[in-house]
Order: sequence, then C-alpha cells, then structure tokens
Amino acid sequence: MLLIECPYCGERPEPEFVYGGQAHIARPPDPAQLSAQQWARYLYLRDNPRGVHAERWRHTHGCGRFFNALRDTRSDHFLATYKVGEAPPQAAKDSR
Amino acid sequence: MQRFSALSLLRRGLAGQRGWQPQWRHAEPKAAYDALIVGGGGHGLGTAYYLASEHRLTNIAVLEKGWIGSGNTGRNTTIIRSNYLFPESAALYDHAVKLWESLSQRLNYNVMFSQRGVLMLAHTVHDMQVAKRHVHANRAAGVDNEWLTPRAAQAFCPLLNIGEIRYPVLGAALQRRGGTARHDAVAWGYARAADALGVDIIENCEVTGIRRDASGAVEGVETTRGTIRAPRVGVAAAGHTSVILKMADVELPLESYPLQALVSEPVKPVFPCVVMSNTIHAYISQSDKGELVIGAGTDAYTSYTQRGGPHITSHALEAICELFPMFRRMRMLRCWGGIVDVTPDRSPIIGKSGVPGLYVNCGWGTGGFKATPGSAHVFAWTIARDEPHPLNAPFTLERFRDGNLIDEAAAAAVAH
Repeated sequence: MLLIECPYCGERPEPEFVYGGQAHIARPPDPAQLSAQQWARYLYLRDNPRGVHAERWRHTHGCGRFFNALRDTRSDHFLATYKVGEAPPQAAKDSR
Repeated sequence: MQRFSALSLLRRGLAGQRGWQPQWRHAEPKAAYDALIVGGGGHGLGTAYYLASEHRLTNIAVLEKGWIGSGNTGRNTTIIRSNYLFPESAALYDHAVKLWESLSQRLNYNVMFSQRGVLMLAHTVHDMQVAKRHVHANRAAGVDNEWLTPRAAQAFCPLLNIGEIRYPVLGAALQRRGGTARHDAVAWGYARAADALGVDIIENCEVTGIRRDASGAVEGVETTRGTIRAPRVGVAAAGHTSVILKMADVELPLESYPLQALVSEPVKPVFPCVVMSNTIHAYISQSDKGELVIGAGTDAYTSYTQRGGPHITSHALEAICELFPMFRRMRMLRCWGGIVDVTPDRSPIIGKSGVPGLYVNCGWGTGGFKATPGSAHVFAWTIARDEPHPLNAPFTLERFRDGNLIDEAAAAAVAH
C-alpha cells in the first residue's frame, strides 16, 4: 500500500485515492482536424515508462481534488506531488 | 532428446534416477540467427517451437533476461478457458484450448492439462444478463458454455455458498472444457521440444537495444551478452513490451500493471473445479500439489515492481471466505505480483509492429496464460510468413487507429 502526499491534505494511505492515469494529456482543441492516427494517439497511446511517470491521482476520500505526481514505476517511490496546472518539479524530473 | 514413456520412467526409476540428461542445452549466443524471439515465457518459447516444427525455421534463438518462465508464465493462476464474447476472441482462445487438449502428447511432456470446468458466478441481475449473453454468443460460435441455476452451480461445486452472503449467487456460466495446466511445465515442455529441434534458448540475456539498417528494417538486437544479428525479431515480453518496442521507436497502447496472486498451504483434494467471480472479485482453483491458487485484482497504478498492495490480496481473500466459508481458517503461504500489459480494449495485439522485420505479441493483460499455445502458434505463422494467420488478423496494432476494437472488458474477468 502506497503512502501518498496530497498537496492539500498531506500524507494519506492509498485507499483514500483513485488513480487517474497519465498526467498532462491535453485534449486536442479541434478533434475534427486530426488524422485517425493523431486521434488514436490522444485516445490510446500512453507513456508506460519503466522509470519516472507523471500521473494523476484524486484524493476521493479526502479533499476530493485531483493533483499530479511523479512516481518511479521501478520502485513505486513518489518523487513529488504537485497541484494541477503546475509544471512537474524539475529537480524530481532530473533524478530519473 | 530423451523421450519420456512409462517404460523409460520405470527403467530410470529402477536405476536410481541416474542417467537423465538436461532437458535443454545451455546455449551460448551465436553472432547471427534467422530469427530471434525476445522473451522466454510460454508465448515466446511456444513461438520458437512452432517456428521450428511447423515453419522449418530452426536457426533461431529465444532471448530471456532472467530464467525461462520467470515472468508471468510462472506467476499466473493457470486458468484456461475460451468463453470470450466476440467471435474473433472466441476463435483465438478456442484455438488455444484445442491445442491444449493434445499438448502433452505433442511435446512428450506432461503439462498436466486438466479440463475440470470453469464456473463463472453471477451475483446481480446485470451479471446474469452479461453471463447469459456470453453463453449464447459462445454457443453460436461453437464454444461450449452453459447456464447453471444456483442449485446446479452448487451441485457442480459443492463447497460453494450460494445464499448466506452479501451478494448471493444468482447463477453461473460453466465452461466444461475449461480448466487448469501446470504453468512451469508449459515453459519447460516448449523449451525442451524447441531445443530438440535446434532452437537456442539463451537465458540471462537482456535485450538493451534493437538494431536497424539504413532502410529502417530490423537487423538484430543489442544484448547484455553482445550484439546478435537477425532479420526477424518477435517480441513476446508481456509487461515489458513497451520498454522493448521503445528501443525501435514503436509506441504501443499498453499500460503495465501489477497483478497479484497467492497460494495457501497444501491440503488434500477438496476443490473440484475453477470458480471465478467478477463482481466480488476472486478466482480460485486447487493445484495438484494441494495448494489453493487464488487470483486477486490489478493494482490501481502502473508499475514494474512485480509486487502490489496487501489491500488488493486481502480483498480477494474476503471474497473467497464469503463464497467458501470452510476456507476461512486456511493459511496463505505466498503471494506475488506479475506485470501485465493491458490494452484499451483488453484484447491482445499480435502482428506487425510497423517496423519491417519486427513483430509483436503483447497486450494479453490479465489473461495470457490460457492462450499460450494458440498465441504462440499464430505468432509463429505471422513471423514465418510476414502476414497474420486468419485467427490473429483482427488483432492488429492498427485496430486502435481504425476503430475496430475487440472490447472484451467483461470477458477479461479481472477488474481493472
């Protein structure tokens, strides 16, 4: 079970959270202009790295808010959590 | 290859079990092969076996980063069934069941395939509708599946508690041809048979790069044991497929999750079949060694750690204790995780990767073991002929671009 630091509430156990998949995927502003390949990329392609992964979590049984995290998928160690709209902390990213 | 028979077992037994040879050679990598298979699990070893036995490609090697069968082949709950909803899937998985039925004879190796029946429980009205839809779809596709009332389900599995639980059993779908097999024996049997045909099985050899020529086609791989050249490379690396294919700049619609299982202390034969429940989420069978083999769900997040959270396994055990109250005092011996590669439609990808000479067999998600012989058989065909077998033709990478998904989320059974 992971211990996850919600940027609003602090450290809480994993069952309070819901995983939200890869972070920083922006919906294309005009889907009709995309090719099938580009649309499939938006819908289905994910990074799935063996290493540092930027991902969304939601503190469902707490403040209810979404936030982002950097986690190393080789160890499940959280490098950082940060609020939606913020850029991933550079120091944590560099440690990959 | 030393063939096994009743006579050979008796003779060696009387001779104090001396004189057995290793089951496969300890191969050193050569500089070049006609084809390479990356991943020494059941799918990869089976692919090598069918390439050698059916397509006469014997100058080939299987590259395994650890020891063979050390990944998901040795980590699953060994359940075999083919009761998938859509015709494409039912045909592919039933192809595997048919190959399972004669696999021990074909490999001269006992994979302990046991068609003891797979019972899939329904606990809600929605479950019943979905299960009956599967039953009818399967029967129309020529795959055996039947609907049982709660009493009939209990008659088939007498330990089943159908009434005194939070979500009572309202019925069940039963596939009598389903069952289990010995997972390690599948890897060993394929390895032994492939080795006898000249295939090199190279363990402790991790692929670190994919070499491509000026035209972009594959010309070999870099490994921890040096460069190995080959014009064709087939990847069957399960949860690590994304990592391997990224070496050739191929992106796949995969996410890798931990999937956990656990076994109990061994007891006398007590459990006659396989029981699965999607809704309260647990599945269980008893191995021939006597352990209860219990499958849990995937963890919520992507990971490569081969372990998961204890709350996932305790959730599965709570469901088992409700369904089978007599197991409440059983002790669990071991639990572990495997990394499963999940596609958006829960169906596998078997075919070309877009890079000439590079083939991929992945996305089996939480249910790849059951498909091992069928998957290996059609993947070998695809590599040998550079075109898909009719059974894996729908399972292309391009289906995500073209919208031809094969959505088996309900049949995949493991909640994710």
